[in-house]
Formats: sequence, structure tokens, C-alpha cells
Amino acid sequence: MSVKLTIRQVGDVTVMDANGRITLGEGSSTFRDTIKDLTARGNKKLLLNLGDVSYIDSSGIGEMVSGFTSVTNQGGQLKLLNLNKRVKDLLQITKLYTVFEVFEDEAAAVRSFS
Amino acid sequence: MLRKAFDLAVVRPYLENMAENQNGASNKLDVQLESTLDSVDLAETSILKIAEESGFGEDDLHKLGMAVREAMVNAVVHGNRYNLKKKVHLRVDTDPSSLRVTIVDEGEGFELQDLPDPLAEENLLRQSGRGLLLIQAFVDEFSMHKAGPPLGTEVTLVFNKTNQSEAGGSAE
Repeated sequence: MSVKLTIRQVGDVTVMDANGRITLGEGSSTFRDTIKDLTARGNKKLLLNLGDVSYIDSSGIGEMVSGFTSVTNQGGQLKLLNLNKRVKDLLQITKLYTVFEVFEDEAAAVRSFS
Repeated sequence: MLRKAFDLAVVRPYLENMAENQNGASNKLDVQLESTLDSVDLAETSILKIAEESGFGEDDLHKLGMAVREAMVNAVVHGNRYNLKKKVHLRVDTDPSSLRVTIVDEGEGFELQDLPDPLAEENLLRQSGRGLLLIQAFVDEFSMHKAGPPLGTEVTLVFNKTNQSEAGGSAE
């Protein structure tokens, strides 16, 4: 199953609830298209909830990095929420924990944007 | 469900014919795959099935699946460049304590030292280039060399069973 993204608004923060696998192909393009669409609409406070993501490959990681760069370059922020152990391990291996701001509590994550 | 049936069709003959030599080693899979993303999925799910049958545990299966997927993507995307005239050669061998996967593409090959370091500060925000890093993080042994025309890069991944695998449980 490729990734499914459900978008909801919490105040002025746009939360993307991801479910499934973010991998090369459909999974990573869904992610890319959604970020592009949201930033084009002016949503610049983005919180990606990875709690229900079972698997991310290097292409998926690449899309997350690309999304981060794209949002940052437009004056926005992309932060991560609810990483499971395997996704945390991936961020450790790739040193991306130094790039992404990561939260385990949604309320705290939302507050951090203000 | 179609994909599942396709996977089983490829793997079943090897599972049903697990002829072992005197060392307990056996060849479980030896196939040529198309240079498509479907082949990446097929290789991943087929090898996971073989590994599961061989007694690897859940955490090992995750690492194994990740490494195989990344190596297959490299072969299909960077090696063969989706060229349908070129094949990806996939072989899986097992023995009682490990599983060995060999993936060979028909590309031009490359030198490891020519690749940018994905952990260097200036490369952290690059979109690609992390595949080999992840492979090496998830395997017990890794080797890569140019196989010579018409074959390109040959990658060998070796996975050893851990205690968790022997127990058949998960350390999650």
C-alpha cells in the first residue's frame, strides 16, 4: 500500500496525517504533490504526522527533505510528529535528525509554530 | 491480490525444491527481472517470503526488506535506467545461519568513491544519494564490484540470523 495523506487544520497549522508506505513511485509522488499544493495555497505551517507510516525508503526520505527545503525556501516550516522507532532510526542513520524538528505530542508541535 | 499471486508464482518453485548440499546451503531463487518498479516490489516481497520461511524474525525482515529494496532501486533506476532491454539478475542463497542476496544490473557501473558523502554537512539536504548508506546500515556484509560487460554492477548483501530471529520473536 502506498501512502495516503489526510489533511486537517489545527488553528493555522496544517496537519498531514500519513498512512502507509512512502516509497519510490506513487508513494513519494503523492507526498511531493501534496506539499506543492499546500504551499501554493499559502499553507506555510506544515506538520507531518508519521504515526501510521510503516515504512519509508531512501526515495521517501528524499521527498521529505525536498518538501522541507521547498517549504523553508518559501518562508514556511515543515515539522515531524509521531515517528516510530524504525523511522527514528532512519533519521539517525541519515543524520536528518539534525535537520528536522521532531515532536511526540501534537499539541506541543502545534504550539511550536507560534 | 494480483501482485501476491505473481510473487508466489516466482518463489514457489524454489520453496518447493529446497535441495540442500552437504553444508546445508541451498539456492532459493535465481531469476532475471524486468527493469521496472514492479520488479523492485516483486524482489522485496519474494525475498521476504524466503527469509520468513528461513526463520528470520520481524526486525531482521524489516532490515532485509529495506536493503533489498534499495539495492533493487539502484539496479533498476541508476544501473539499467528503466531500460526494458536490460535485466536485473537476482539470486538468493541460504544456509542455516544466513541469507545471501546477489543483484546484478546491466548498466555502466560506477566507482563508490565518486559518489558524494550523504552524511557530509553540505549534502544533508540533497534529495537523493542515501540508498547505499541505508543498505550498508542494514546488512551484515556488503560487497560491490563491476561484473564486466554485458553485466554492470554486482552487489552482494549478506544477512545473518540474530538470536531474535532464532526465537522467531520481535524486539520492537
